[in-house]
Amino acid sequence: MAGVRDIRRRIRSVSNMQQITRAMKTIAAAKLRKAQRNVIASRPYTKQIQDVLSRLVKAEIGVEHPLLAKRPVQKVGYIVITSDRGLCGGFNANLIRLTQEIIEEKRDVEVGLVAVGRKGNEYFNKRQYPVLAQFTGLGDNPDYNQASRIAEETIKLYTAGELDEVYLIYSKFITVLMQEPTVVKVLPIEPSAEESSEEYIFEPSPEQMLERLLPSYLKSQIFSALLESKASELGAQMTAMDSATENAKEMIEKLTLAMNRARQAAITTEISEIVGGAAALE
Amino acid sequence: MTSKFNFKVVAPDGLVLDKDVEFVLVRSEEGDLGILAHHAPLIASLKIGVVSYQENGVRHKIAVGGGFMEVIDNRVTILANTAETAEEIDLQRAKAAKERAEKRLQERKPGTDIQRAEIALRKALSRIKAAE
Repeated sequence: MAGVRDIRRRIRSVSNMQQITRAMKTIAAAKLRKAQRNVIASRPYTKQIQDVLSRLVKAEIGVEHPLLAKRPVQKVGYIVITSDRGLCGGFNANLIRLTQEIIEEKRDVEVGLVAVGRKGNEYFNKRQYPVLAQFTGLGDNPDYNQASRIAEETIKLYTAGELDEVYLIYSKFITVLMQEPTVVKVLPIEPSAEESSEEYIFEPSPEQMLERLLPSYLKSQIFSALLESKASELGAQMTAMDSATENAKEMIEKLTLAMNRARQAAITTEISEIVGGAAALE
Repeated sequence: MTSKFNFKVVAPDGLVLDKDVEFVLVRSEEGDLGILAHHAPLIASLKIGVVSYQENGVRHKIAVGGGFMEVIDNRVTILANTAETAEEIDLQRAKAAKERAEKRLQERKPGTDIQRAEIALRKALSRIKAAE
């Protein structure tokens, strides 16, 4: 029977795929460890800058800055952080779905997107969403300069009046198995004013401090979102590759069973042919 | 004995330094600032340059690529855009970066980002200064 050879060929190709998915899973796991370390390492800075900002705002009530000022919202911006590569399950799909839901909800305002990551760019460009800025090729270790560029571009759009409010949409890393698409408002900046009775000396003036601190604050927010998103992506990839490996294993089992059946059937036919032939000679 | 205070340097990619020191010298936008224990609360913006501190009578240097400093409750925290201790600096690389930046500034080809080249030059110089 010809079936045996066909099935054997299929088993071989499935097991090749399995090897690839297994390798990808291992790689993702190794990269994930590093990404998680990066997330943890970035926390002190984010925390500190938040603290300094809230103390600064508390200490200097009445200080005004364009990045703090609320204005009537006509156009909302979304910074959507997706991945550059696929093969990570529903990671990008979940983010894009969330973005669409939010856009649908706020039908009465205009939308502008800052798309980070190739997957998001492809999707939004294809469907003619208004993409105001795009960033791709961030690699496996996002660095602070990349976050700076995204932040600077966003600030430019915001101060030019192109956007009146900006949200950050990214995937929050909860556990390896759980990533949560998250939305946070980043502009205008709304620092939580902390109770503090300290009188600060400012060098230079509080206004100039805000001028420097606010962009840095946004940068650090975007930076930590990039890191979280990278860790999430790798987590999702690991899970996806794990189930792919598992599926391949099941498929190989099924195919092996089918192959053995076909083989046995072939042997049985052969034997009955021989027996039949011998009987005819007697 | 001189009294000590906690001194932290934090960069976006991690904690660079966390020590108890006697003295910190930074370069703020308005000039050099020396901090001793029990300094009044202060928030300052830092220039690209060298930050030095004294621990047990020994001076150490860190190259800082701009940032902020907060002094409160006898704690000094530097939020640096980039920060490297003298031991971490790759002197060869810093020198190469200096030459590159200088070249870019001299040639002034159209399309060069002068501001960025200047920042790169200042960072490279601060690294060289901290390492030497």
